[in-house]
Amino acid sequence: MPHIDLPEEYPGIRSLFVYRPETAAPLCHLAQVLLHDPHPTLTAGERELIASYVSNLNTCKFCTATHSAIAKHQLGSDLSLVKHVLADPETAPISDKLRALLKIAAKVQTGGKNVLSEDIETARSEGATDIEIHDTVLIAAAFCMYNRYVDGLATWQPDTEAFYDKMGEQRAREGYKPSSINFTLTEELKKS
Amino acid sequence: MAHIKLLNEELPGIVGLLNYRPETAKPLLELAETLLRGPSTLTSGEREIIAASVSWWNNCHFCHTSHAAAAAAHLNCDLSLVDEIKKGLPNTNVSDKLRALLHIAHQVQRNGKEVTAEDVAYARELGATDQEIHDTVLIAAAFCMYNRYVDGLGTWAPQANEAYKEMGERMAFVGYGKHQPA
Repeated sequence: MPHIDLPEEYPGIRSLFVYRPETAAPLCHLAQVLLHDPHPTLTAGERELIASYVSNLNTCKFCTATHSAIAKHQLGSDLSLVKHVLADPETAPISDKLRALLKIAAKVQTGGKNVLSEDIETARSEGATDIEIHDTVLIAAAFCMYNRYVDGLATWQPDTEAFYDKMGEQRAREGYKPSSINFTLTEELKKS
Repeated sequence: MAHIKLLNEELPGIVGLLNYRPETAKPLLELAETLLRGPSTLTSGEREIIAASVSWWNNCHFCHTSHAAAAAAHLNCDLSLVDEIKKGLPNTNVSDKLRALLHIAHQVQRNGKEVTAEDVAYARELGATDQEIHDTVLIAAAFCMYNRYVDGLGTWAPQANEAYKEMGERMAFVGYGKHQPA
């Protein structure tokens, strides 16, 4: 049960967005810029992989399942690739640049100071640009926020994979505009 | 020196990063403004103490000192508050409710799942409302982001507490994102 009185029909972070629209606006805006808006070089799928990887390290079920599903829909519907990245980025079939960025993201998750110059040098030698390094650090940091927000208030986190898949497909298409997030999938949940 | 080439290397901490990437600066500043200065039954001084405490637990010198200086400005006290926050406010007159909320913030800093129903019930017993609990969790979570952002990119920070006095006053009385550095 959530720690505070949240609207029951909404799961995870959505219940918090509905509860407090004043903070929902910048939180959605940040996710939109970091994950969905056009980026000079990183694809939306790559950025969602970073988000989902960090959420998994923070053991946040809702964010991991949601962003894994979004990544899947942005990366040719390949959920096994996403699961492979989460389990072991070292052997996953991704670029060496993304592998190096995921390593930076994992360091950020344990604490900003754990990112060392040699981590940055490795990423750079694989072709990472300054803005890619910046955005990787900020995506990882932002998910250390979103994950704590969702778990810290003990929000309702459904177990049905079909629910996350449906939401992931929609997010991958529409992004994080608050208007598209304020709807309910209760009907789908009841069916599944 | 920062891990990436900033546009203005003289700007310390998060200031240099906000200047580097205005697209992300906008929601980051708007979030801070809403959480720390927006309408709330918690005073801005109390909310800045939560922000500064979380930053201290995360070992982020820039965020800790600047938000402690902002708290001092709101509370009209001197910068000894910076070091008081490091010690857990043993000699500062704060309410039991705020101490209970600081405990929740500390649990969030470790991981969201550490917050227990007992932690929340205790804060509520001392008068905390749902929205105060919500905002405490989100402030703590947000500083787990800001701190990692500032340290993860290796930004520089002034050492001495006094170097943050003016910055703290600006954060307290002008606000976040009200006049961005050029």
